Amino acid sequence: MVDFLVENFLFIAEGIVTTLQITLLSFTLGLALGSLLLALGLSPLGFLSRLYIEPVRGTPLLVQIFVIYFGLPSLGVKLDAFTSAVLALGLNSAAYQAEIFRSAVKGIPDSQILSAEALGFSYLQTLRYVILPQALRISIPALVNEFVTVLKESSLASVIGIVELTRRGEYVAARTYRAFEAYLIVALIYFVVCYLFSHGSRRLEKRFRIPGYTGA
Amino acid sequence: MSGEVLRLENVVAGYEEKAVIKGVSLSVREGEKVVIMGPSGSGKSTLLKTAVLLVRPWSGRVVLDGEDLTSGRADLRRARAKTGFVFQSYNLFPHMKVIDNVALPLRLVKGYSKEAARRKALEMLKLVGLGDCGEKYPLQLSGGQQQRVAIARALAMDPIILFLDEPTSALDPELKAEVLETLRDVAHRGIAMVVVTHELDFAREVADRVVIMEDGVIVEEGDASLLWSPKTERARRFLRVIGTASAPT
Ligand SMILES: Nc1ncnc2c1ncn2[C@@H]1O[C@H](COP(=O)(O)OP(=O)(O)OP(=O)(O)O)[C@@H](O)[C@H]1O
Ligand SMILES: [Mg+2]
Repeated sequence: MVDFLVENFLFIAEGIVTTLQITLLSFTLGLALGSLLLALGLSPLGFLSRLYIEPVRGTPLLVQIFVIYFGLPSLGVKLDAFTSAVLALGLNSAAYQAEIFRSAVKGIPDSQILSAEALGFSYLQTLRYVILPQALRISIPALVNEFVTVLKESSLASVIGIVELTRRGEYVAARTYRAFEAYLIVALIYFVVCYLFSHGSRRLEKRFRIPGYTGA
Repeated sequence: MSGEVLRLENVVAGYEEKAVIKGVSLSVREGEKVVIMGPSGSGKSTLLKTAVLLVRPWSGRVVLDGEDLTSGRADLRRARAKTGFVFQSYNLFPHMKVIDNVALPLRLVKGYSKEAARRKALEMLKLVGLGDCGEKYPLQLSGGQQQRVAIARALAMDPIILFLDEPTSALDPELKAEVLETLRDVAHRGIAMVVVTHELDFAREVADRVVIMEDGVIVEEGDASLLWSPKTERARRFLRVIGTASAPT
């Protein structure tokens, strides 16, 4: 077992670099698109955002990855595996992040928006200075949760040939015939990284907590 | 006679299908203090909101500073920038420091520079006795202090008219007293004020005119003497109720 670890642990662990790259890029893409979806959702054309969010949340991510990687080329759009994975995960996460923002915005009392209006703020000013800064703070725990979800889901990128954490586990399993140990290492690394991120979330929440706020 | 800052002409307004203001006319002159009283649900808050079109009248006219706000061509943001509004529940922005709560509207709405806005905000906070609270956050202050910040925020805009909707009714008696004290000072600054309040002593002291509402209409209107000797039975009954309810301050 020790020999197995010495020979293979580092090889597998290196995969976390690619995993984190995919995660960060897709999460950021999701953040940007999610914010746009929120803005769209708050506008009179709000139904358009539902038209995006519902199908994305109602279909398997793996199928979405296949549509982009295997499906788009038949429309003449050929993306490499890495780009396809980031795009699929990002487009997927955008739908979830938009929902996170939407419920956070609902948590801001109408009276504050009324008072901004009474002061003469435009709608965009109210959005920029009153709604979004508070909605982002409220969203932190759910966003971190979403980040961890994207990180775990990025393992699906292995099926279109990206050599990230899971795929490296597959290599080792195939070469050594010790699938149990190989995937245990993979699982352990996912767990430790996810745990660290979730834990960091609490510090982030504290850092951005509204001073004096004692509610839930 | 000094000029008129606000005129409501036969205003009807409500929510969805339900009329809440059922034909109210009211005129407020420069510097005049109007106190509005009336039972819960009579439409006092809604009336204040229609005056700055936070609630849009179904019919009738709202004329602020000579401009017809109901015409559809009116620049509502510019009109609102000329008024101040203080709500019962303070409505400060909890994620901003106290000083930024006062300074931000000056920058966004009045076009002040960052520096000028801060200077003016600090000046206004001093005016309400909170010059040393600028760096705190709203939720770190007492309710009375928060309401004074809200008053400072409204005053900072140099309004020609200030609307106050039950500014003390969410507060404990001691905190009430400090806010009423601030409001007395404000009243002496010569800004027109329309105040919904059930604080009888305060009303008797500052009111130039008293308006009593019931079920969406004005049922009695007159100078402050009305608060000592109401003419209609309805007003008498109402004043008796709040007279016993409001503790002396
Ligand atoms: N946003 C709203 N949507 C629907 N109905 C409302 C709304 N705000 C007030 N109302 C209704 O309009 C009526 C008048 O309310 P308003 O708040 O103007 O009364 P008020 O005189 O200020 O009462 P109070 O003394 O309790 O503050 C009430 O029946 C109330 O339920
Ligand atoms: Mg009210």
